[in-house]
Amino acid sequence: MFLESFLQNLLNALQWGSFYALIALGYTMVYGVLLLINFAHGDIFMVGAYIGFFIATLLLGQYAGSSPSLSPVLVFAITVVVTMVLTSGVGVAIERIAYRPLRRKGASRLYVVITALMCGLILENGNLALLGASRRNFPEMLSKTAYNIGGINFTNVKIMVIMTTIAVFILLETIVRKTRLGMAMRAISYDRMAVPLMGIPVDTVIVFTFILGSSMAALAGVLFATAYPVLEPYMGALVGWKAFIAAVLGGIGEIRGAFVGGFLLGFIEIFVAALFPSTLRDLIAFSILLVFLSIKPTGIFGVSRATKI
Amino acid sequence: MLTVCDLHVKYGNIEALHGISLNVEEGEIVALLGANGAGKSTTLMSIMRLAPPEGPVVTKGTISYNGTDLLPIQAHNIIARQGIGLVPEGRHIFGNLTVFENLKLATFARRDRERIQQDYERVFSLFPRLADRRTQRGDLLSGGEQQMLAIGRAFMSGVKFILLDEPSMGLSPLLMLELFRVLKSINESGTTILVVEQNARLALQYANRAYVLEAGKIVLEGKAEDLATNPEIHRAYLG
Ligand SMILES: Nc1ncnc2c1ncn2[C@@H]1O[C@H](COP(=O)(O)OP(=O)(O)OP(=O)(O)O)[C@@H](O)[C@H]1O
Ligand SMILES: [Mg+2]
Repeated sequence: MFLESFLQNLLNALQWGSFYALIALGYTMVYGVLLLINFAHGDIFMVGAYIGFFIATLLLGQYAGSSPSLSPVLVFAITVVVTMVLTSGVGVAIERIAYRPLRRKGASRLYVVITALMCGLILENGNLALLGASRRNFPEMLSKTAYNIGGINFTNVKIMVIMTTIAVFILLETIVRKTRLGMAMRAISYDRMAVPLMGIPVDTVIVFTFILGSSMAALAGVLFATAYPVLEPYMGALVGWKAFIAAVLGGIGEIRGAFVGGFLLGFIEIFVAALFPSTLRDLIAFSILLVFLSIKPTGIFGVSRATKI
Repeated sequence: MLTVCDLHVKYGNIEALHGISLNVEEGEIVALLGANGAGKSTTLMSIMRLAPPEGPVVTKGTISYNGTDLLPIQAHNIIARQGIGLVPEGRHIFGNLTVFENLKLATFARRDRERIQQDYERVFSLFPRLADRRTQRGDLLSGGEQQMLAIGRAFMSGVKFILLDEPSMGLSPLLMLELFRVLKSINESGTTILVVEQNARLALQYANRAYVLEAGKIVLEGKAEDLATNPEIHRAYLG
């Protein structure tokens, strides 16, 4: 009985951890490259969910004139890919329009962070203005199937979310460890000045980072909406903040940190919720994290930056 | 090959170079000497087109390379397209990458796979210590090893012309000598070199020609052997 409920909670924690981890990636990678906390990133997740909503609706033929002949799994796959591409466009546009000009002028980091906050608010309120405050139901593309093995309930969606996140982790680790662009991302975080001296256009690396981060947030958006199919303009705010905390918890700037931090936050939340009244969930969860960070402020994998000679 | 003409540059409102002119011909080793703060690094960063805050802003004058005006070109294209590389003052090794990754990163813009392979071998034969430490993190190398890696990186970027900013800084006399021997050998295989050096004696021994920079102006220039016997140089730098 105990084991069953433990495993049940574990599975839920892994799913929530997956959402946090996928979003935390974007925070952590942009921070690694620009030392910028991109506070617009939570809203990129929201934008991803909405773009996914429109693509899926379009593909499913809920708009007049389009043919509903695609299989649901294919619709889902196309939705994921197209959403990732379009959301990357939004992320890169923000970098181009808002962050790059500040960088060129050598603005101090405080102004860039404030700009990021404003970009997030613009995305939220832009959405509100454009689409109204009404919630939207994300169309069901994959028919949810529930399984029960040994008393543990899970759905195909939950398994897919967790598997996808693990696959993303392996993919990103490989990109960052093995490719020259990934190496350039790591190099920038260590010594920005020397990167152009390697013949590397710094802006290209930055754009690449925003593409990776935004597309993972978009993936999280579609997966999240598939699991919890209600969309509203502020959905990115709280989840975004929590993902940011997950990134810091894991050690900001570290890809593994985003995953471990995301999953850890998922675990703490779910297990606190299982043991205490649900209204206390966030209070207790964040108190635990506060204590953790006061003991190890650099996060799990973070190392305090050694001063360079 | 490289022609700098009447170059004025500034950092913010402060002018650091007040109209310097110099040229480097293909196959040469040219030394740029001068006291601390004379503007040697500034000269090299201007040529590399490094952007502020590190690099200065050119306000007047021209820099051309094989007939191409370098002023409108961005730093990464100076390396990738023009084939000029810089080993910066203080080495700037990527300490969080391994020795091999540092070298590999320098090949970012290159597409000539076979040549890259040959160049790795060349670097490892010039600097066997780097070969032993391929998988070691850059920040764990000794100062001398980091300097070798910095030069190895410039070599791996496949450039025809290397600018070096105080390559001997922090090296033992023996390593310094070794370093200049390597530079000579790189030069003999077809790479042009412009080197900023505090150790004037050593630099003049290996260079064909030299310029002396003082407070943002060129005050002396000539053949290395002439400068080596010049009494002014003797007093100021060779004492
Ligand atoms: N990034 C910068 N911002 C403002 N001023 C600078 C900057 N870099 C150099 N300077 C100034 O420009 C002048 C020339 O500096 P530069 O670094 O070129 O000298 P240097 O000849 O290389 O000296 P050293 O031998 O000490 O390396 C100095 O007065 C220096 O203070
Ligand atoms: Mg200098």
